[in-house]
Amino acid sequence: MPFEALVAGCLAYVALLFGVAFAADRAAQRGHVRWLDHPAVYTLSLSVYCSAWTFYGAVGYASRSGLEFATIYIGPTIVFTGAWWGLRRLVRVARMHHVTSIADLISARFGKSNPLAALITLIAVIAATPYIALQLQSVSLSFEVFATQSPNAPKIGGGTALWVAAGLALFAILFGTRNLDADERHHGVVTAIALEAVVKLVAFLALGIFVVWGLADGPGDIVSRISSAAADPTREGWILRPDRWTALNIVSAAAVLTLPRMFQVMVVEAADEERLHVAGWAFPAYLFAMSLFVLPIAVVGAEILPAGANPDLYMLTLPQASGQNLLALLVFLGGFSAATSMVVVSAIALATMISNHWLTPLWLFLRRRPAGDDPEDLRGFVLNARRLAIVAVAGAGWVYHQASGGATALAAMGLVAFTGMAQVLPAMLGGLLWRGANRMGAYAGVGIGFALWLALIFLPSIGIGSALVPGPEVDPLTFAIFLSLACNTLAFISLSIFGFPDPVERLQGLSFVNTVQPFSHSRHTRADDRAEPLLAMARRVWGADAALHYFRSRAAAQGKSGYLPDLTPDFLTGLERRLAGSVGAATAHAMIERVAGGMSLTVSDLMEVADEAQRAKEEAQRLETASAELERIARQLREANDKLTALSVQKDAFLGQISHELRTPMTSVRAFSEILSTPDLSDAERMRFAGIIHNEAERLTRLLDDLLDLSVLESGNAQIAVSGANLHDLISRALSATSAIRPERVFTIDRDIPSEHQGVITDSDRLLQVLINVIGNARKYCDAERPELKIRVDRRTRNGPQIDISDNGSGIDIARQSLIFEKFARLNEPSRAGGAGLGLAICREIMTALGGDISYLPGQGGAAFRITLPKRPPTTARAKKS
Amino acid sequence: MIPDILMIEDEPNIAEAVRFILTREGWSLALHDDGRGGMAAIRNLRPRLVILDLMLPNRSGAEILSELRAESDRSLAGTPVLMLTARGQPAEAAAQADAVMLKPFANDMLCAQVRRMLE
Repeated sequence: MPFEALVAGCLAYVALLFGVAFAADRAAQRGHVRWLDHPAVYTLSLSVYCSAWTFYGAVGYASRSGLEFATIYIGPTIVFTGAWWGLRRLVRVARMHHVTSIADLISARFGKSNPLAALITLIAVIAATPYIALQLQSVSLSFEVFATQSPNAPKIGGGTALWVAAGLALFAILFGTRNLDADERHHGVVTAIALEAVVKLVAFLALGIFVVWGLADGPGDIVSRISSAAADPTREGWILRPDRWTALNIVSAAAVLTLPRMFQVMVVEAADEERLHVAGWAFPAYLFAMSLFVLPIAVVGAEILPAGANPDLYMLTLPQASGQNLLALLVFLGGFSAATSMVVVSAIALATMISNHWLTPLWLFLRRRPAGDDPEDLRGFVLNARRLAIVAVAGAGWVYHQASGGATALAAMGLVAFTGMAQVLPAMLGGLLWRGANRMGAYAGVGIGFALWLALIFLPSIGIGSALVPGPEVDPLTFAIFLSLACNTLAFISLSIFGFPDPVERLQGLSFVNTVQPFSHSRHTRADDRAEPLLAMARRVWGADAALHYFRSRAAAQGKSGYLPDLTPDFLTGLERRLAGSVGAATAHAMIERVAGGMSLTVSDLMEVADEAQRAKEEAQRLETASAELERIARQLREANDKLTALSVQKDAFLGQISHELRTPMTSVRAFSEILSTPDLSDAERMRFAGIIHNEAERLTRLLDDLLDLSVLESGNAQIAVSGANLHDLISRALSATSAIRPERVFTIDRDIPSEHQGVITDSDRLLQVLINVIGNARKYCDAERPELKIRVDRRTRNGPQIDISDNGSGIDIARQSLIFEKFARLNEPSRAGGAGLGLAICREIMTALGGDISYLPGQGGAAFRITLPKRPPTTARAKKS
Repeated sequence: MIPDILMIEDEPNIAEAVRFILTREGWSLALHDDGRGGMAAIRNLRPRLVILDLMLPNRSGAEILSELRAESDRSLAGTPVLMLTARGQPAEAAAQADAVMLKPFANDMLCAQVRRMLE
């Protein structure tokens, strides 16, 4: 088969994967997640378990060690069929806590301890690097198989691995770090992986069928060939050893739970635990299909191919030797799929762990200011940290591949990774099943297991030191597995028994073990003024719109209007969990503590919660929904009532205020006009007093104009003259019209001109009036030393275009934010600056008349207003009334 | 020198008019333009008469008045107060004042009222 055809087929396949991932991401963005969340997609994505090691290496493994290869399939099958209820619990608890990785799970369970997560991340990175190298090696080896056949093929070597590593890193970055959702799901990646799973399976079955019915004479013949091969005295590796068999089954069962990539697809990417209903039988079935033909291929390969052929490559060399080029290409794509899906998911999972448990905590530590004050965009930092980590993970795999020279048998490297991650299993199972498990136990268990694994398995595997062999009868790998897991478990249990968990840990333990919602511990909630810094913090993690949306929906659930919910324990716990979905449990906990503060737990809090939990388990669910609903309605009523009372008070006050506003200028006018009639005034005095009369009369006129404007707008009879206008021109006009206000203050104006060029169909004079008012207010009241004005136009909103205008002053304090759009809001204020306080009331009425909205955006640093235009232009219908 | 009159008023034009009218009659007048510090000004200057605006920034005239009446120094607490207000009806807040005038006022009425209160 021509080498060029292979390269072309391969590139076309890669393009298809990018296309599928892209389409799935787009569909998910538009909310079409039904087929993306289908249990079949979920089950197929689990097949990321079958890396190149299982695809190519299983045949090699079977050639060398007979049926022992099956342990790799049996372990996960036992987990999925025998313990599916346990898996459901794992997924449920993890989703409840918005867990982002295996390290995050353990850290969340053991008191949100970041050092523990960092340690597990370290193990995962060390274990995964050779494993990723192995995948790169399998791809470049399979390329070479084709290249050596084709005389005109270019000389390739490490080059292939580099290109593959770079391409996979790009894929992972494109589809794995697009957003920072609390969900942390990647539909594009998962869908591409599911497609690759199908390719893997089809390729494997096709080759298997060809071998059994094409090369041999059907199943009967194959069985007899296997029997005679097993009887061959030269194959002493084929003799099963019960100790090794048991150890490998345990390790592969552990691996399916703890490998970062498995945790990613099985737990993090799962919509809910219901997917496991199907996956519980379908995934074992997939594994069974993948293992069915391993032994036949191994036996037939050994018979047909020349002695010395690499059994790890039988999958490719068998069809090639039989002249089946298309089948070889299919198998190649299957192996390619196995390798690429493993590297992509591993890179994303490891990058999440590295950024959440190494880089972000480090960054927060280095900048010790409260998170609410950080000017930088944390969201941007986390995403970039992940991208960097993906490149680093893929790069490390490539470097390892280059350095090791690619000599190791495929299976050996895979087992090293499995045994490494298996060290996390005792802490994980203990954390889920045993309330008494504590952090010291987890540290000790994971730490000792890690050290033993390094010394007995990992370092010998790369040629440093040698495996510890207690006697000639004992298999070194089996010995190392049992020793490390036994010491690990023993340390974990004994320190848990003798240690004392801290309160946060105990609460989390209760939640994990009983699979109940995490407890809203009775944090001492304080006044509402901390909701704003929390919003500012959330904004940096999720972006402005998502954060505002979340806060508003939480406030609405409490029956409040606006963006700032009460800091109830429920709200804080929910916020922390959602943040945990983006930056990990430990970091989220630290961030909230820093902003909201004063939330440490006491033992009595804990006892309270424990009692509560017992009672809650019986009655909570039924009552909770009902009482939450009642509470919400009561709250709405209360708020409506308060508002009515306030309105009637306001109505009375309104007349008094109008009286005051009219009488004040009239007082000056009357007094000075009487003074003017006295005979003995100098000309200068006369001029000055006449000037005052003039100014005050103008003030009166302005006030009457405003009142009239407002009453016409409020009555709905305003004339709306709709025409086309350009936002850029309007903003420029508003800026120049306001430049005379406090001209001594030089404002830095920050605009984004290209986005401003946006045509709108509206009453442009009215819109201009609003812009002038808002910008004029900024000029009057912004108290920053170096005043700045930022104007941003966003045209891609669900409504029409929106204009955000913000300054860098001290903003408007919470108590007054709800009042500023009311009439005479500036009354009784130190900085009235001559206005009666009708401007924003008029703006609000104008925007309502135009079909849009104006609102105050809290938590933006200074005073910030959002002017939203409607999607459709206002009709001129109102004009008919007048 | 102790001024005859202390005026607490935040509208500069009204303050200027009142100053012109009253100084022409031979009285001396001090001015304070904010509710905050109004009581301190009365305490420091000890005027014979206080002309107090009702709507002041930061601290209303009514608050200053009740603070003045609660002073332990009897002679200070009894300082005559003329309350000026632009509100339609002078609220009960002004009840503790010795006299109340509505804005706008006739200049000679103001003079007559002040003369009556100073004598």
